[in-house]
Amino acid sequence: MKKIWIIARMTFLETIRRRIVLTGLVLGLVFLTVFTIGFRMIYINVSAEAANTPNEVFTNIMSSEGFNVLMLAGLYAVTFLSVAMGALLGADTLSGEIISGTIQTIVSKPVRRSDVVLGKWLGFAILLAGYSLLMSGGTVLSVWIQSGYTARNVLTGLSLIYLESLLIMTISLCCSSFLSGLATGGVVFGLYGLSFIGGWVEQIGAILQNETAVKVGIVTSLIIPSETLWRRAAFEMQSPISGALGISPFGTISVPSPLMIGYAIFYLILALMAAISIFNHRDL
Amino acid sequence: MSIPAIKTENLRKEFGKQAAVKGLTLQVEQGEVFGFLGPNGAGKTTSIKMLLGLVTPTSGTGWLLGAPLGDRASLARIGFLPEHFRFQEWLTANEFLELHGELLGMASSDLKLRRDELLARVGLTDFRHKQLRTYSKGMLQRIGLAQALMNRPALVFLDEPTSGLDPVGRRLVRDIIHELRDEGTSVFLNSHLLSEIEVTCNRVAFIRHGEVIRVMEMSALDKNLSMLTIRAAGFDSDIVSGLKHWGDDIRVDGELLTMTIRSEADLPEINRYLVAREVQVYALTPNRLSLEEIFIETLGKDSGL
Repeated sequence: MKKIWIIARMTFLETIRRRIVLTGLVLGLVFLTVFTIGFRMIYINVSAEAANTPNEVFTNIMSSEGFNVLMLAGLYAVTFLSVAMGALLGADTLSGEIISGTIQTIVSKPVRRSDVVLGKWLGFAILLAGYSLLMSGGTVLSVWIQSGYTARNVLTGLSLIYLESLLIMTISLCCSSFLSGLATGGVVFGLYGLSFIGGWVEQIGAILQNETAVKVGIVTSLIIPSETLWRRAAFEMQSPISGALGISPFGTISVPSPLMIGYAIFYLILALMAAISIFNHRDL
Repeated sequence: MSIPAIKTENLRKEFGKQAAVKGLTLQVEQGEVFGFLGPNGAGKTTSIKMLLGLVTPTSGTGWLLGAPLGDRASLARIGFLPEHFRFQEWLTANEFLELHGELLGMASSDLKLRRDELLARVGLTDFRHKQLRTYSKGMLQRIGLAQALMNRPALVFLDEPTSGLDPVGRRLVRDIIHELRDEGTSVFLNSHLLSEIEVTCNRVAFIRHGEVIRVMEMSALDKNLSMLTIRAAGFDSDIVSGLKHWGDDIRVDGELLTMTIRSEADLPEINRYLVAREVQVYALTPNRLSLEEIFIETLGKDSGL
């Protein structure tokens, strides 16, 4: 356990020293600033409209619907950024150290190879947690400070977004144990794309009540359950009205079941175990 | 009889259909500085990697300090400087040595003591707070060497430790190897710089295609083995084969005959042998063989890849 922590600390330090944390932080703050300004502009507009409308209840409902959609739009972008961060962190970590040979002095010490993989995973998981907190937390906070609006089940939603970035990072780490960094990036983003399009096929299939399209979506979710997590997160956080009407672009008509979250966690553990097993058996 | 530092029996590694190491059998005693010589592509680095558990042998067995290959606990008593050493260049020298000390399971107080001792020994105390990315190739090689010695190992593997070093750096490595030998540490040295091997090793093994062709005591180089050049007229093939009694690798080129002899003390006897067979001897010239000449004699001129 101690060795895992040593590797995790080193991994974390690496991301700081190689300015990964800094660039993530700067771009994250730029994102939050743009989001905040955009939300502010729309909020002023909506408030002015509301002042001219006699039916206050109706206005309140409509504005909170609008805030919900805007917040989900922000979180949708955050999800993509977190996934990209996860994919990039994992992609070069094992393969890069194997190619450069830095891994040789580590693994020839009294250290389990599994400790190296778990340590790196833990380091990245902590980093992604920080990134998630900044980005998703920042988005939700920005909406709340400006409008007082907050979605229901927001903690569950944000946890699912974090879980999605963890899943992608783990798959990336796993691929990195036997592929080059570039090939890993290709595979992981390819899978993410598949999951993305599968999700939309399932949604549109559900609207058109085309069962085959829905099944295609479910099968892609089984191949790679990342987009499923976002859709479940969006379902948790969407307003009851847009959920019922299916009018929000992020509202989910075909809702992934809680079982799918269990499946995603199982998938993550399996990917991590595969990473350990492959790294254990390969020549360095 | 103490436990050997390294013992291998028929270690073999295949990459696909290609055998990188055909069958390595050798034994290195504790306290020995052992040179591992061979042309490029002879399987030296793969052999070291098998010994350290980085590469799994296809077949064969081996032991380090009495523990079977791949035994994790025994790695705490072993040091390793890989070839073309690259590392966590975002760390400072201090952090780098601490990291490796921690991975070795060293206690924190001992770790700091040893870190400072080694930084001073390799002449990097003034650069201890600089990140390794700012280091020159020679400085990296020095910090790599310090890393290999953190745990005061009983056995150290040095894979091309002097590559990239200037003469001062090479001298430092040589001095450190001498100190290790004096402390009773076993050193397994893989180097192309035969002059380095010549002044540091007790024994050397010549490797080709991952097989030990010959193992030689370095003391043999100093005392006995010589190249003898005979200038004479009247050799015939019987006389030449009779010379095999005193040595090997006999070559005749007109009036010149060269051979390696086991001892210079045999010279008068060789002379008598030739004169008795009516050979006109003009000169008998012994030359001490350099390790380089033995290397080429043993492994051939074109064995490298």
